[in-house]
Amino acid sequence: MSRPQETTRYRAEPGRMARWVILGVAGVLFVVPILSMLEFSLRSGQSGAHGLEHYSAIFGGSAGTYAVLFQGILNSLVICLITVLIVLLLLLPTMILVEIAFPRLRGVLEFICIIPITIPSIVLVVGFIPVYSVVARIFGSNPWTLAFAVGIIVLPYAFRPIAANLAGVEVVTLSEAGRSLGASWAQVLWRVILPNLRTGIVSACFITVAVVLGEYTIASFLSQNTFQTALVLVQHTDPYVAVIFAVFALALAFVLLLVIGRLGSLGRNRRSR
Amino acid sequence: MTAIVAAPPVPVDSISDAGVLPRRRCAAWLGLVPFSAYVVLFLAIPAVLAVASGFFDSTGDFTLANFAAYTNPTILGNFFSSLWLSALTAVVGAILGALICYAMLGTRAETGLRRTVDSASSVLAQFGGVMLAFAFIATIGTQGVLTKWLVSIGFTTNIFNNFNNNGPLLYQIPGLVIPYLYFQVPLMVLTFMPAVEGLKSTWAEANATLGGTRFTYWTRIGAPILAPAFFGSLILLFANSFSSYATAAALISQGGIIPLAIRQQLTSETIVGVANVAGVLALGMVVVMIVLMSAYSVLQRRASRWRR
Repeated sequence: MSRPQETTRYRAEPGRMARWVILGVAGVLFVVPILSMLEFSLRSGQSGAHGLEHYSAIFGGSAGTYAVLFQGILNSLVICLITVLIVLLLLLPTMILVEIAFPRLRGVLEFICIIPITIPSIVLVVGFIPVYSVVARIFGSNPWTLAFAVGIIVLPYAFRPIAANLAGVEVVTLSEAGRSLGASWAQVLWRVILPNLRTGIVSACFITVAVVLGEYTIASFLSQNTFQTALVLVQHTDPYVAVIFAVFALALAFVLLLVIGRLGSLGRNRRSR
Repeated sequence: MTAIVAAPPVPVDSISDAGVLPRRRCAAWLGLVPFSAYVVLFLAIPAVLAVASGFFDSTGDFTLANFAAYTNPTILGNFFSSLWLSALTAVVGAILGALICYAMLGTRAETGLRRTVDSASSVLAQFGGVMLAFAFIATIGTQGVLTKWLVSIGFTTNIFNNFNNNGPLLYQIPGLVIPYLYFQVPLMVLTFMPAVEGLKSTWAEANATLGGTRFTYWTRIGAPILAPAFFGSLILLFANSFSSYATAAALISQGGIIPLAIRQQLTSETIVGVANVAGVLALGMVVVMIVLMSAYSVLQRRASRWRR
């Protein structure tokens, strides 16, 4: 036990004490706003008493008040679904195709997928307004059409986990092996490539869901009711309920991330075995 | 005769792709079409429209008059606020994030601690926007937990409920620093941690062998190696807060920073089509982002030199 103490003067790492002080302070600072949200949602009026009445109000009785919120959540879920489909049916096949047939285009694809990070959503919105006047003429002004715009915002986040996964898998060798053993391209894709990319695909989908549920800028400017815009609306009339749903969404995001973490470590274990 | 004459120039190329390949290559190129079409329709066209709209007036004629917005003191003030807010939150966020990375140094990737910090930072880095605004309304808003606690211990007018004699801090531009740091620090941890992990233990050993202390390790080895990655992350943080909109929009109903100024332009004069001053402001944002991202890619290239 005394040896690490002696050598600690020469090591790069912080001492035990320093590590826990830094992490402890950071942990407290980051937990306070979340706990405050919880406390706020439990308040009963101005008296300072606490209770569960705001929670029970959501599920019992006056559901009509929160109709806009539930409609917003429903719209967001539909947008989630379509955005995930955009990732799975447009982005993913293109990435695999580029990896197999056009390795020289890899840099171009990466560049395209990173662009949405460098263009602020508020700038894209300026351009989306005229584009969506055309979209509305074709598809009608339905909330689900937002998925086209959100799919662009999601590109950088969805691209990275799939690209990282692709880089770790010898897609070309695997597909050549599959082909030389007599598999069709469809079989190679379905039974060799996709199973190998499972981790990347699943994380891409989860991150997509998280980004869609948190998206506010585009929805608010294109005047569609989604989870976030509904939260803002409800907040004016009933701040407690808005905060409760924010807490729920945060908890959901944590769960999603834990699932990704578990899937990631599952993949790692399997490879090392 | 004609066949022989016409044939030679073509086969030279296609013989290398012998047999069925040309047809398949064609099919493969076709496979790129759906994604390209999508990106053109919903990324390229909107981006071009956004920037181009600044060059036209409301009747559709080309004009440079919209750039007069940049002589408007309010707009200039907004740009200035955006820049200092982003710079401040980037620098403070980067330093605090780097400290957390430092504290994590030497912990194994599989431990519960690392996993907690990793997933917490991914969640919190994405936790911008409306919900973040709520969290801070509940913490340092007029009825916030911290505000009320400060009042209860005697600070009846504390910094949170009255800042600069302008009312609650949270609803003013300087007040945005606090919620912004809440997503800047986790983003720093996410982007800077890989670089910190890349520090090789052999370097620390070499330093120790040569009689160096932890201080010389950090000043002579650690800091110079991490510097490009650190400044790269710093630029990313700046860009992140420069472009963030939802948090500010949920807290501040007026303008004050450029994204809010764009909102004012878009909502106050939404004649059908595009509000043109918004286009000019958008162009300004894009220019700032292009400068930043070019700097970022240069630094990334320098930083990756030590990765191998």
